Formats: sequence, C-alpha cells, structure tokens
Amino acid sequence: MRTPLSVRLFQSLPRTGWLALAIFAAVAWIAIPAAHLLLPESSPFHVSAYTVTLLGKILCYAVVAVAMDLIWGYAGILSLGHGVFFALGGYAFGMYLMRQIGTDGSYGVALPDFMVFLDWKELPWFWIGSDSFLWALIMVVAVPGLLAFVFGWFAFRSRIKGVYFSIITQALTYATMLLFFRNETGFGGNNGFTDFKRILGYDITSPQMRLVLFGLSAALLMAVLILGRYLVTSKFGRVLAAIRDAESRVRFIGYQPTQYKLAIWTLSAVLCALAGALYVPQVGIINPSEMSPANSIEIAVWVAVGGRGTLIGGVIGAFIVNLAKSFFTVSFPDYWLFFLGFLFIGVTLFLPNGVVGLWRKLRGRRPAAPETETPAPAATTQGAKA
Amino acid sequence: MSTAMHDGIASSGRAGDSHVLRPGELDLSHKVILYLEDISVSFDGFKALNNLSLTIDAGELRAIIGPNGAGKTTMMDVITGKTRPDSGKAFFGQTLDLTRMNEPEIAHAGIGRKFQKPTIFENHSVFENLELAMKTDKRVWKSLFAQLSGEERDRVSDTLKRIRLQTEADRPAGLLSHGQKQWLEIGMLLMQEPRLLLLDEPVAGMTDEETERTAELFVSLAGQHSLVVVEHDMSFVEALGGQVTVLHEGSVLAEGSLAKVQADPRVIEVYLGR
Repeated sequence: MRTPLSVRLFQSLPRTGWLALAIFAAVAWIAIPAAHLLLPESSPFHVSAYTVTLLGKILCYAVVAVAMDLIWGYAGILSLGHGVFFALGGYAFGMYLMRQIGTDGSYGVALPDFMVFLDWKELPWFWIGSDSFLWALIMVVAVPGLLAFVFGWFAFRSRIKGVYFSIITQALTYATMLLFFRNETGFGGNNGFTDFKRILGYDITSPQMRLVLFGLSAALLMAVLILGRYLVTSKFGRVLAAIRDAESRVRFIGYQPTQYKLAIWTLSAVLCALAGALYVPQVGIINPSEMSPANSIEIAVWVAVGGRGTLIGGVIGAFIVNLAKSFFTVSFPDYWLFFLGFLFIGVTLFLPNGVVGLWRKLRGRRPAAPETETPAPAATTQGAKA
Repeated sequence: MSTAMHDGIASSGRAGDSHVLRPGELDLSHKVILYLEDISVSFDGFKALNNLSLTIDAGELRAIIGPNGAGKTTMMDVITGKTRPDSGKAFFGQTLDLTRMNEPEIAHAGIGRKFQKPTIFENHSVFENLELAMKTDKRVWKSLFAQLSGEERDRVSDTLKRIRLQTEADRPAGLLSHGQKQWLEIGMLLMQEPRLLLLDEPVAGMTDEETERTAELFVSLAGQHSLVVVEHDMSFVEALGGQVTVLHEGSVLAEGSLAKVQADPRVIEVYLGR
C-alpha cells in the first residue's frame, strides 16, 4: 500500500518540472562546459571564464533563494539574516581552502598569512582538523545548522513572530559580522580569506575545476528544488502553510508549531551554508561583508521579485536581480542601489506574487497560494472578548 | 482492592469502585467527563470568571447561555489551556489536570474546540483541512513521510458526507459559504475524534435550514461524544433538548431544562434588565 520514498520524490514534480530540470542539467553539465572548453575564444558561442563564474555564483544565490522561499513563502517566517548562514558555510569551507595553500603563502610558512601577520605562532584550537576535506564538509553543515537550531529554539519557543523575528535576525547577522571583523576572532578580520590555491590538491583556477564547481552548484540547485518540492507537497508542507495562515488554530488541532518551524528553519540554514561553501571557491574570497544586513535583505528581494511560495520563483528572482546587478555595477555603478530600491517597491506594489504570479495571471491560472498577505488572526483575538 | 487504597481518587469512593490509575488516559469511571471547581480568572482586575463550578457528564449535550461578558469564551479558554486560571481546579475525567497541560496536549487528550469565528485554513482544500485535523501522530518526522491509508481516506470521506461537503472536497476552503465554513470546522473537530467537543456559537450566521441540520448533527453525536455548546439562538438551544446552564458575571446563575431556566426570575432579570 505504501509508496516507496523514491517514487514519491519522483511524483512530487509534474512531468514539465522534470523536463525543465533535464534541460537545465543538459545546459549546465554539457552545453556550457563544451562551449567553455572546446570552442575558441573568437567563436560567438564561446562561454568566457567570467561568465562561468558569474553563473556559478548566481546558482549559489538561487539555492539561497529557494531556501529562503521554504521558510518565508511556505512557513511565513521572514528571515532578514540568512546571509549569516551562507557566510558561515563559506567560512567553514574557506578554512580548508586556507590550509590547502600550505607553504605557498606570502610568508612561505604553513600558517595562514593573516596569522603570521598577527604574530601568532600556532593554529588556534578551532582550526584543528581544518586541513581535512571531510572535516570541512562536516563543519559546513554543523556550525550554521547548530547556530540556526539554537537561535530558532529560543525564538520560536518564545513565540516571536513577524517583524520582531525579522529584526532579531538582522541583529544576529550584524552582530556576527562585527565579531568576524575583529582580527582576534581568528578568521582574518576584515580581509577574510582569499588567495586560495587548491582543492584536494587540484589547481583552483584551472578551467576544469571552475566547471566542476559550476556543475556542482547546478547539481545542488536541482537537488534543493526536488527536495523543496517534496517537502511542500508532503503533509509536512501543508502543516507549515497552515502555521503560516493560522498558527494558533494549528496548535488547537494538536500540532506543535515550534517543532515544525524549527525543522524547516534549520534545514533552510543548512541549505544556505552548502551554497556558501560552493560560492567561496568560485569567487575566491570570503569576508565579513557577506554578513552585512543589506546582503540578507537582498535575499528577500530575490524571492519577492520571483514570487513567494513557488520555489522556482526564488531561482528566477536570483537570476533577474543578479544579472541586473552585474550589468548596473559595470555600466552605472552609482545607480545600482536606486534600481534595487525601485525594483523592490515596484514588485511590492504591482506584482505581489512576483514574476511567477504575473506569468500565472497571464496564463489565467489561479496562484498556488492566493493572498498569503491575509493570515486569519481570528483565533488570537478570541481571548480578549470573554 | 489494594490498588484502591493507593489511588487517591478511588480511595474516597465506594467499595468495589477500584480502578488502576493510568497516566495520560481519560478516566470516566465516575461518569463525569469535565469538572470545573471554583475557577477564577481576572484580566487587569476584571473578574472574567468568578468561582465558576460546572460538571459535564460523559455523553451529555449541554448548552451554555448567558449575556455578553458572562465568561463563556473565557471558560472555553481555560478548558483548552489557552488561559491559565488564577485559582480553582479543572479536570478532564478523573485524572487529567487541565491546568497543567498545554494546548496541543489537551487537544491530544481528547478535547476539541470550535471557535466563534470559523478559523479554517483558507488556502487549503476542504479535504486537506480535514486531513490536517485527523487524529494521528502529529510529530514532524511522521508528517514528513505521512501517507493517507485507505482507511484514513474513508474516514475523511465519511466526515465529508456527515457535514455535507462531499462535492466541495477539492475546493479551497476560503471559497465556501459562511455556513459551510462552520460545518467544515465542525468536521475538523470530528476528525480529531474528541471525547469532549466545545462549540462556541456554532450556528452564528447560518440559515434556518442549516441551523436545523446542525442541531440534528449535534443530537446524533451526543452519547458517543460529550458536547458543550455556547449559543445565543434560543430556538437552536431548544432543538438540542439537553440541560442548559446560564452563566452570569463569571459564575453559574441557573441550571436545568430550558423551560425551567427560562422561568427562573433571576435569569429573566439578567436577560431583560431592571
């Protein structure tokens, strides 16, 4: 009677969804690598190293956007501090990349350059094990996951909701940023980590490594989309949406909303961290500015532009905003923030369901989650009128 | 007999009444499902409940009436764990102390509540609303891999039939009429298989025909379930036909059949004023 999990995973996407994923995989794993490696630079179809890195970066952002949509679009939790989990994932993997430099640094010793500069004689205790790739992967998941779990545990247990929760997440990312700016914290201060040389002994700047990282980013995005679709079509997802719409009602029918929120919140943070770990080797640098409050707000803008509660909307939003960003910052560097502001206001006023909402409207279809703006607060007002 | 000696509740009772205390399980050995004793609740000095005492028998259908501000909703809040009483005792059956349980625990123990204003999940379909309410293991891990069995599907469709919403199963609940929403909420309550149902103004905004059908439904549920109905509509209370409790200023003013309480001069005074 019970359907195996693999079949249910398969069934959670419609046929068009699998087709789109197959096309995406073909482009990311075959077409782009071929165009990058095989075609001469003179060919109009040649994909430059700049483009591969840019697209790989945006794929990582897209993963973050989908993770954000899982908590904002489906569970109604707006985090304005998701950048902290992304950056911590990046730092955790960056530590490994720093150790891979070995004695090729400016000072020619095994200690990372910034530690030599600070006149430290040996690695601090929390750097122990950072030369192991496997340990780095464990840390990428464990550190941001643990931070999210502990933070979420206190916030959700105290029933902190809505704008209050958003403000506290801003404080979380800002405080962590200030901590990482200090040289004494042991993560390179305001310069962060850079000048990476190798991963697993292979040259990090080679075209092959660039394509491997790009391909892995694409694979992560696809995996996150499939996982996300499974979650939101499962009973778990329906409970989350019910919590979003009428939390106290959910409590009265016997669910513990705190546990559901904590589960999706921690998962979302871990997905961000994985994206951060893939992002750092591609851009070649990680520093505390990744944790600036504005960065986290930008994540919310991607999801709003693409369309909340749709999963694919986050991907679309991340691509639109970041392609526009790389265009503006090259051509009109002074106007980017104005454009971002107008975009956010425009989308909020005219496209409440984002690009995906517009697309569905044009095709005359009902949006999957109509009017998430109006959760019924009925149950919470009951106590007042005895 | 020896167990009765150690069982605080049974030891005060009659011989032959011995039973084993099982924690977390509803004990109806004394035929009473809900005890409220000297419950007081005050909000900023205002006494919403004032030494309220009330008992509901298992299988009973009880109507609660009273003017605005009599404490009907606060009483429901105390029973469901939403409000903690300042003093007094609240027991579900013989053994479950409601003042020490939180809302989901009380829901699991078997008390279901329908709110004054229907609070269904508007973005979910009618079927999904019932599915979410169904009595089952509601922890995260179970929900992640949950699948409806054939028997569970049957239970949902039985309830759909009972609340006359078979044809609306796949529509978003937000598109239902007001009366249908009230019924869906009653259906969600039934899916939880509660032993005690608390219904706050269940027929508000219903047409006469819907009101009549609701009364029929409640009467058919009594016996198997115990029901506490708060209602203003006297013809509806009459159709229910059970005992009536009148609340006034946070305590019980009168109790008995509808005809008896309607003849009570104190009740008349409270309702009509001086």
